[in-house]
Amino acid sequence: MPASGLPHDWPPAASWEMLRLRARLLQQVRAFFDARGFLEVETPLLSAEVAIDRHLDPFEVRPVRGGHPAGERLWLQTSPEFHMKRLMAAGGEAIFQIAHVFRQAEYGALHNPEFTMVEWYRRGDGLPQAMDLTDELCQTILGTAPAVRRSYAEAWQAAVGLDLHQADAADLAACARAHGISVGPEFEAADRDTWLHLLFAELVQPALAAAAPDRAAAVIVSHFPASQAALAEVAGEPPVAERFELFVNGIELANGYNELRSAAVLRQRNQQQNDHRHAAGKPRLPDPPWLLAAMEAGLPPCAGVALGFDRLVMLAAGASSLAEVLAFPAPRS
Amino acid sequence: MPSYTTSEFKKGLKVQIDGDPYLMLECNFVKPGKGNALYKCKLRNLIRGTVLERTFKGGDSLEAADVSEIQAQYLYRQGEMFVFMDNNTYEQYELTADQVGDAWKYLKEGTVCSMILFNNNPISVTPPNHVVLRVEYCEPAVRGNTATNLTKPVKLETGAEIIVPAFVEMGDMIKIDTRSDEYLERVKE
Repeated sequence: MPASGLPHDWPPAASWEMLRLRARLLQQVRAFFDARGFLEVETPLLSAEVAIDRHLDPFEVRPVRGGHPAGERLWLQTSPEFHMKRLMAAGGEAIFQIAHVFRQAEYGALHNPEFTMVEWYRRGDGLPQAMDLTDELCQTILGTAPAVRRSYAEAWQAAVGLDLHQADAADLAACARAHGISVGPEFEAADRDTWLHLLFAELVQPALAAAAPDRAAAVIVSHFPASQAALAEVAGEPPVAERFELFVNGIELANGYNELRSAAVLRQRNQQQNDHRHAAGKPRLPDPPWLLAAMEAGLPPCAGVALGFDRLVMLAAGASSLAEVLAFPAPRS
Repeated sequence: MPSYTTSEFKKGLKVQIDGDPYLMLECNFVKPGKGNALYKCKLRNLIRGTVLERTFKGGDSLEAADVSEIQAQYLYRQGEMFVFMDNNTYEQYELTADQVGDAWKYLKEGTVCSMILFNNNPISVTPPNHVVLRVEYCEPAVRGNTATNLTKPVKLETGAEIIVPAFVEMGDMIKIDTRSDEYLERVKE
């Protein structure tokens, strides 16, 4: 501790060797998309529109002066999704972005409230093409073997052994107890999706790490429960979300959608998410007029994927926490 | 008592579960990109010493536990009860033999221990790391034998038995590490 009583943790948390690796990986990601004809774009981090998700808490910024419409509230973006979709609706073909994004109260070995996201969209892609491209990116950058692919229902069946479509919240709670997962009394009242998330984290994710033939392989889980569609299309019988996640060593690295294109459905989902937020004592967030206008004008069929760049660096370096790959993680930012 | 919600959870927090005080040993934040936050915690029961693993969802809360640590000196034993006094307030506290556990071996009048209070009731006591106690009884030292690897049991003034080198004699003052129950050295008075 300096004699002045100033903090001793002013130097970076990451080593220079790590920061050089970060810089190399940024170049490799840019080269990967450049070689495939993607245009790098930059969109606002601060906006009057923000994703409406019951589990995402955006940082609100105020007061607002200059440039932005008067009386607006602004938010730091939890992902660059809305603006990139406006670009797609305005004629974008294949675009990518490397952006800082912000999520309140997310801090841990695999989380930092400010982090770097690689996000891309390509016109005409569906879920299979998006999974292929994400797999290819991992193979190129991390040297992983071609990804093992499982549907959510398959991964669930293998790890939990319970009929996903039949199980209600009470069945899932009983299943958690049978597996020795202890929760507090407030958790007991959780809804079905919350139990699904718990069991996925406790049972399915560890099994995914084991499902890959060796530790350097990726696993893609696709076709999530319709209730976890976020902004993906829902299709099929029983209906499932056309969404996938890619895991490396059991760590969630990327999340992709066959993008929802209906403005009317987006309004409904926003309403549901806001109702959940309200019930949990969180503020409702406004419907995003620019995004809705863009979708009414016509979002082309496309797939979009978001990948956590800091986790990519962590996996490439064989590190076990984000604090090792960030120059200044939240506690010293 | 106030309560803590998950965003305040961290290592070192003292909380109540089912009426018992717990110390949070670990709290790991887990969250799927499109799902609710989970907090995987390890907590130690401050009365029984057992470790509980429990998962909370974002927004859940735990009641804070009124747990404090005081310095208290051992006064005397009355049947099954051990009587201590807070050195600052002169308030007296009684602990059962069960609560005192193995600490009894090192308790002599005036020994200052650290005591954990829960809702102002004592729940555990820890003697100093090192104590000096008199050897009350042992077999005589073996004359002329200077080998250092020979040991023997002795009875301390507290009534406890420990293993010491063979050269230790009755009436010697010896220093003991209370964490490992090991003899350290002889002390000149």
